[in-house]
Amino acid sequence: MDRHSIIVCILLGIITTNLIRVVPMLLIKGQISNRFLRSFLYYVPYVTLAVMTFPSIIQTTMSPISGTVALMAGIVAAWRGMGLFPVAAICCAIVYLMDTLVL
Amino acid sequence: MGYFAVAFSLGIIAKQAGLTAAIGFVSSFFTRASAGEYGVYTLVAAQAAYVEIVAMCLVTNLRYMLMSAALSQKIAPGTSWLHRVLMACCVTDEIFGISIARERYCPPAYTYSAALISTLLWASGCAAGIVAGGMLPTAIVAALSVALYGMFLAIIMPPARNDRYVLYAVAASFVLSGACSVAPVVSHWSSGTRTIVLTVVISAVVAWWKPIKMEDADGQA
Repeated sequence: MDRHSIIVCILLGIITTNLIRVVPMLLIKGQISNRFLRSFLYYVPYVTLAVMTFPSIIQTTMSPISGTVALMAGIVAAWRGMGLFPVAAICCAIVYLMDTLVL
Repeated sequence: MGYFAVAFSLGIIAKQAGLTAAIGFVSSFFTRASAGEYGVYTLVAAQAAYVEIVAMCLVTNLRYMLMSAALSQKIAPGTSWLHRVLMACCVTDEIFGISIARERYCPPAYTYSAALISTLLWASGCAAGIVAGGMLPTAIVAALSVALYGMFLAIIMPPARNDRYVLYAVAASFVLSGACSVAPVVSHWSSGTRTIVLTVVISAVVAWWKPIKMEDADGQA
């Protein structure tokens, strides 16, 4: 693909992606009073993040085992109230050690 | 950190699609969507039509629509529309995650500063990936890529501990998401599509089964 078409593709990607983000924000003004909708939006973030975490976490690592152990350790660490960075660091360290040393 | 690593691996794909480091930087800076960018780069590599690019962005990024809708509830009433638009543009998996983790309302400045730092890391990671692509051992790249999921866990677990129904929702998400990745038919959908469908279904079921108390919900929903 030539340089010109690549740039057009990238621009289209930028425009589409940002429109998706802005439109709902402009349509929803203020607080929603519908109870079901509010409950729905309350659960959405946690469900989305959970769905994106599993099973991807065991698919990106070199072996599914290291990903599984990192997932378990991450859940325990996060459950005990550790912050974003410590939990992420623990997961990384476990995967690196298991992938290089054990396997 | 997780950002840099993910963007780095994205850069390696972008390089195969024929992007230069400068274009990669600009595209990552303004798009900020891992799955969406991945889709665009692979389509560029496959010499796809423009329509396909738009369709790909719509499907892989539909979840941002849900996130934007959810984030709209975390913005204090009376915030100007300019702030709303800018905050909407900041929405990524991670920025959204930390923004909704704020109690009551999320101040726009919080979202902007987090977005600025992560976007710079994201864009430079992508550029670095294009330049240095494939020089790092795969073990390090694989290890860094779980940083993102570790962050997600740190976001969802504390609320799950405090609210039994969030915990059920999270558990259901893990189980169904895992099941759908191996189930016939569904596993052929893109992960973006699965994320959207599962999010809508699970959240709707839990919201119907256990709606939040309205008086508690002010500023928390």
